[in-house]
Amino acid sequence: MNGNLLLQYGLFFGVLLALTKPMGAYLARVFQGERTLLGRALGPFERLVYRVLGIHADDPMDWKQYALALLAFSGVGIAWLVAILRLQGVLPFNPEGFPGMSWDLSLNTAVSFVTNTNWQNYGGEASLSPLSQAAGLAVQNFASAAAGIAIAVALIRGLTRRSTRDVGNFWVDVVRGTLYVLLPLSLVLALALVSQGVVQTLDTHATASLLQPVRDADGHEVTEQVLSLGPVASQVAIKMLGTNGGGFYNANSAHPFENPTALANFLQILAILLIPAGLTWMFGKMAGDTRQGWTLLAVMLVLLLPMLWLGTAAEQGGNPMLMPLGVDQAAGPLSAGGNLEGKEVRFGIAGSVLFTAATTGASCGAVNAMHDSYTPLGGLVPLWLIQLGEIVFGGVGSGLYGMLVFAILAVFVAGLMVGRTPEYLGKKIEAYDIQMASLAILVPAAAILVGTAVAVMAPAGRAGIANPGPHGFTEILYAVSSAVGNNGSAFAGLSGNTPFWNLLLALLMFVGRFFIALPVLALAGSLAAKKRVPAGAGTLPTHTPLFALMLVSVIVVVGALTYLPALALGPVVEHLQMIAGR
Amino acid sequence: MKTLWKAVVLLAILTVLTGVAYPLLVTGIAQAVFPWQANGSLIEADAKVAGSALIGQPFDDPKYFWGRPSATSPVAYNGASSGGSNLGPTNPALADAVKGRVDALRAAEPGFDAPVPVDLVTASGSGLDPDISPAAAQYQVPRVARARGLPPDRVAALVDAHVEGRQFGVLGEPRVNVLDLNRALDAGL
Repeated sequence: MNGNLLLQYGLFFGVLLALTKPMGAYLARVFQGERTLLGRALGPFERLVYRVLGIHADDPMDWKQYALALLAFSGVGIAWLVAILRLQGVLPFNPEGFPGMSWDLSLNTAVSFVTNTNWQNYGGEASLSPLSQAAGLAVQNFASAAAGIAIAVALIRGLTRRSTRDVGNFWVDVVRGTLYVLLPLSLVLALALVSQGVVQTLDTHATASLLQPVRDADGHEVTEQVLSLGPVASQVAIKMLGTNGGGFYNANSAHPFENPTALANFLQILAILLIPAGLTWMFGKMAGDTRQGWTLLAVMLVLLLPMLWLGTAAEQGGNPMLMPLGVDQAAGPLSAGGNLEGKEVRFGIAGSVLFTAATTGASCGAVNAMHDSYTPLGGLVPLWLIQLGEIVFGGVGSGLYGMLVFAILAVFVAGLMVGRTPEYLGKKIEAYDIQMASLAILVPAAAILVGTAVAVMAPAGRAGIANPGPHGFTEILYAVSSAVGNNGSAFAGLSGNTPFWNLLLALLMFVGRFFIALPVLALAGSLAAKKRVPAGAGTLPTHTPLFALMLVSVIVVVGALTYLPALALGPVVEHLQMIAGR
Repeated sequence: MKTLWKAVVLLAILTVLTGVAYPLLVTGIAQAVFPWQANGSLIEADAKVAGSALIGQPFDDPKYFWGRPSATSPVAYNGASSGGSNLGPTNPALADAVKGRVDALRAAEPGFDAPVPVDLVTASGSGLDPDISPAAAQYQVPRVARARGLPPDRVAALVDAHVEGRQFGVLGEPRVNVLDLNRALDAGL
């Protein structure tokens, strides 16, 4: 690995760690209802929203009311989005005259955006009007992200409050998260991206003449290039900050209008991990011990960095199948080298692999390089990061609550080892809590394995495969894992726009969101009702390197035991074939 | 029922706020502060749009530098339909495509069989990549110089003048904007 590559990685994680505490401190103020600088400007608007909703900022909710509000908000979101996408053809602001989406594609897309997945079975610039992009999809980018953060905050309240049923108010959490966190950050990021060249206009296209006319696939002469434009920067900003990942363009953040420079790339990767990192600090703050948050952040980094190294080594090593053809894949001062199929020159290996690791460790799913064309081990990295449960930073909110579920499992396992009643942050972890934590871990795992089996056995599932051999199996495994993990990235050769795939993936995305969120909220309710027991001699401290190691082990063991057989059939076999030259 | 109603009302508010007001606000500021970037970094020449500084164009004439192979259809570098090939690393179709591109480069400059820089024979992720590596530009200097009847030194010097280093010396990779370089060639160096 060359020096510049390490410098780029080091700079990135340095900036991320430097921003963790300020971001977390701000998040803590917002979700504990304290005054913020923005609160003075936007406070009147916030109170107006509460009046229209008929609520007060301190109205309590128990976990069932909180869950019901989440389900209602998500259900209405899905219905509204389906309606917009189906009716696109007759709605205004559709200058290119795109028709409405098919029922199965619109359902898939609606579930996809409401569950914060942003799996895309369509090419944005070739099928969606500006109205659908902005008033339909972009709204859910905010709403689903705010809902995810709200669930995490409810779980933290459950862990830190005592003897109460109140886990906070869903509506208030969504409004404050949107108004004070997502909107201002998006505004700043969007303008920074425009300065780098991300487009932001109400025009839908520009036409340029080609310097050299060429012929298309049918032999017709082409002299012009139509450049697709639109309100891109505003959507890209929230797609990264909200870990949504749905691109304006089909090529997502590989498209030069969506991600034009190395600095834009740096900011986009930073935006994926900024809020998830800040949430760990907020957790420590609300728990009254910031070391608790740093411990979780350390666990995330310990899981991410080796995967980043593996991916970098695999991609920089290049594709041995191209060696006999006279292709130079070595890195040097004049060329990044490596496996560049599906990658952009301006990002090279470092900017592509770092993006890939961040977007799949977090459940973002935006891509700046085509994962389908990664080397087998390079492609295993995003796949396994998704399968670990989207907790390595994870989605905004969902990453933290997923990690907290594993933390509860880890103290339980530790408790079994030494024969003590497990406790986390002074809360006794009892049978009901472990049942809920197990559900949140086992249901998604089962959904990935069963979903993959169904898709591999069904002719309609296999029909989507683009690449032959074990790589085709990996395409299916990746799609199913991405849907359940609410990630949204793809081995994009897979043809997903068929009724079979649209419906299967919609179901899996739904399961992956709500069959984790509901047990987590039940856990929040159960924990909130408990008393807090003071730490004693037999208490396992949860802010130490020892606990971090324990937590990493539990996550890796669960992730490895569940998925290694499936991974062996896909990327591992392909890797062995590749180095054998077949 | 009350919960459902609250959900409808909040979604309506968010639609106006994040779906209409926010993109319009960003558009307004962007158009006022960064009008060139916000509209696609368009290159104007002779009162016509000659391309975008950020989007590549297709080239296959020996007298021009060629860019990254593009997987867009029905024509390469289709600015209205981006995307990569999504060919897997062990797919025979990938090796075949790469072999075809290596052969085409060698046929355009017979007798010159140095190893081909990888970015020149692999399709980009967007199909619109405007850049090639400096190595890929230098590789093409003999062909372009011969096709144009220019001394190779002058063409090589032009390439060197068009190399953009890493941003702030750290981020990204060194690159050459192909459209920019070819326009400079046409302008008579």
